[in-house]
Amino acid sequence: MPLIKTSGAGTTASADVVADPWVSVGDDDPLPAAAPVIVSLTRWERDRDALLATGRPVGVRLASHQLATSIAGDLDHLALVALEFPTFRDGRAYSTARQLRERFGFKGELRAVGNVLRDQLLFMHRCGFDTFEIAHPDAAAAFAKALAEFTVFYQPATDQRTPAPRLRHLRSAAE
Amino acid sequence: MYRYDEFDHAFVRQRVDQFRDQVSRRLSGELSEDEFKPLRLMNGLYLQLHAYMLRVAIPYGTLSSRQMRCLAHIARTYDKDYGHFTTRQNIQYNWPALKDVPDILMDLAAVEMHALQTSGNCIRNVTADQYAGAAADEIEDPRVWCEIIRQWSSLHPEFSFLPRKFKIAVTGAPNDRAAVAVHDIGLRMVRNEAGEVGFQVLVGGGQGRTPVIGSMIRAFLPKRYLLSYLEAILRVYNLLGRRDNIFKARIKILVQQVGAQVFADMVEDEWQHLKDGPVELPDGELERIQAYFAPPSFEPLPTLHAGFVEAKDRDPAFAAWARSNLADHREPGYAIVNLSLKPVGGVPGDATSAQMDTVADLADRFSLGEIRVSHEQNLILPHVRQKDLHSLWQELTAVGFATANIGLISDIIACPGLDYCSLANARSIPIAQQISTRFAELDRMHDIGELKVKISGCINACGHHHVGHIGILGVDKKGEEFYQITLGGDATETAELGRLVGPALPYDKVADAVETLVDTYLEHRQGGERFLDTYRRVGLQPFKEKLYATH
Ligand code: SF4
Repeated sequence: MPLIKTSGAGTTASADVVADPWVSVGDDDPLPAAAPVIVSLTRWERDRDALLATGRPVGVRLASHQLATSIAGDLDHLALVALEFPTFRDGRAYSTARQLRERFGFKGELRAVGNVLRDQLLFMHRCGFDTFEIAHPDAAAAFAKALAEFTVFYQPATDQRTPAPRLRHLRSAAE
Repeated sequence: MYRYDEFDHAFVRQRVDQFRDQVSRRLSGELSEDEFKPLRLMNGLYLQLHAYMLRVAIPYGTLSSRQMRCLAHIARTYDKDYGHFTTRQNIQYNWPALKDVPDILMDLAAVEMHALQTSGNCIRNVTADQYAGAAADEIEDPRVWCEIIRQWSSLHPEFSFLPRKFKIAVTGAPNDRAAVAVHDIGLRMVRNEAGEVGFQVLVGGGQGRTPVIGSMIRAFLPKRYLLSYLEAILRVYNLLGRRDNIFKARIKILVQQVGAQVFADMVEDEWQHLKDGPVELPDGELERIQAYFAPPSFEPLPTLHAGFVEAKDRDPAFAAWARSNLADHREPGYAIVNLSLKPVGGVPGDATSAQMDTVADLADRFSLGEIRVSHEQNLILPHVRQKDLHSLWQELTAVGFATANIGLISDIIACPGLDYCSLANARSIPIAQQISTRFAELDRMHDIGELKVKISGCINACGHHHVGHIGILGVDKKGEEFYQITLGGDATETAELGRLVGPALPYDKVADAVETLVDTYLEHRQGGERFLDTYRRVGLQPFKEKLYATH
């Protein structure tokens, strides 16, 4: 599955297709030699110390009903959190993403996985996701288009797009 | 009224362009109907029994004459020459072609309107007291906050895929005309002991198959915290609301399940992290929006215009209309005028393009260019000088908008029902027509007094039957249309849910039943009691006995 990585902030953000160095491992799978691994919350809770002892970067994948608070205390040890969209209609991960970024200060990679569709990419980006596993034939172009569809945003979110209510007054203060 | 600035214009245009692209992807087959569905729903486009239906937002029920002319133009150009005003301060067009919808949205954008968030599991078009900015009993104009909520909720990145749709209503007056207690969030502007104005916050109200009166989770929220507090409520709901069962997904079920106090605590906890953060309005923004809702320049007038009083003495039909269709204005010498969209035997809420144009002209001539739409599916001219009332009434009579029945038994709320709606069990509109025909006689209607009849064609309760003084619900009994009757519902500040009187009645017995209920009330009525007052005093029993004795 192509992986999209965004860089830059706000309306200047850009997106590229990148190679994925992370390996997802099942709850009872052996660990690969040295690669960074993504594990379920169950395995993280069970094997936390053993995983950290290998010295490799570790990521945790949360199902959509698993809350940010379940890993909030561990974020210093995690280089990646993957949040699942089991269907695009399940919007819980948007809130989880914002909590991880804004309330718990997570600075690592925040990855959208599952039913990740072009028409939702901008919402996800605004909520703090920076990588996306997306099954789209021309993912980078689709993403670039999604990011460019709007220049006006009404509410602050995790991204650094300045919302219209603030721009109005920045402008009048400068005048 | 609020006016779009460059940001608002750009936003709505970009939204139309985005949808135009999505429609062309659908028409070319790149998107399946399944994939297209959530996208069209975010633009108010439904697929109904016979055709697409487009639902256009009338934010907080306020329209300018120019906007009303555009609604008429859309009815004429793209539809069958009429539109339907709904119970949520929207207008619906029942017959647009998919290929025309982007053009319709572009025409709307030119008059600062849209169909955003009139469907889908997002924060829906926010509704308000239809007398906002004009009512004599108002603490503050709630539309300022409705506009702030409208902007904040527009394409909210976090809250566009909620467990279920989400409705917010705001009232600025102690007499609640916006039914805030039966909304996911109801906001009442109140004054605290220090004399400051803030919000009383209710959550978890709603109708549908599980009707609930909202619970108060905060008695007084300072105004400046409104957005952070709303964001906290929505976040708790988005994370914890049920998603496994569409019938249990509304916030009311979550609030019932955890209890209002626990829910309030969860909101409080989340709010501590949002309060005073970037979501609060930046300096100057409240003042900017408030300025648009500054009262128009009213003329200084005497409290009572002598000519108005004389006209009532002279002309009993005018006097009857003035009694039911006017409401008190905050300015001396002005009145709020209700235009009834409930002519005897008509379809509640329907208006033709010619009628819409006429209302626009009347608004320009008599009401400073302003029009309102009520959740009771009527139109309002909010700022009419008393001295103009008699001439306005004559013109309204000529176009069929002067039925003197606001708040009376024939001012019925009815959902589209089986005539349009694919979910219906039974017809609603013909029942409303039968009842209004039965009680057509003006003196009798006025003698009966305030009586709110509300009809839904199925358990989804779009016709608000749970909060009707008399509620009528269409049910299906072995393929036949039957109707359950409830009594004592109330959508105002004394909100209550109606109680079922007894077994459902067949289609052709409903109007008789309503007549029996009304007769029972008249028999028991004391002094100036309304139907609801009598019901509350004597209870269900006398009504039940009469109804099932005669049927
Ligand atoms: S109450 Fe039922 S029949 Fe009436 S409009 Fe709503 S869904 Fe349709």
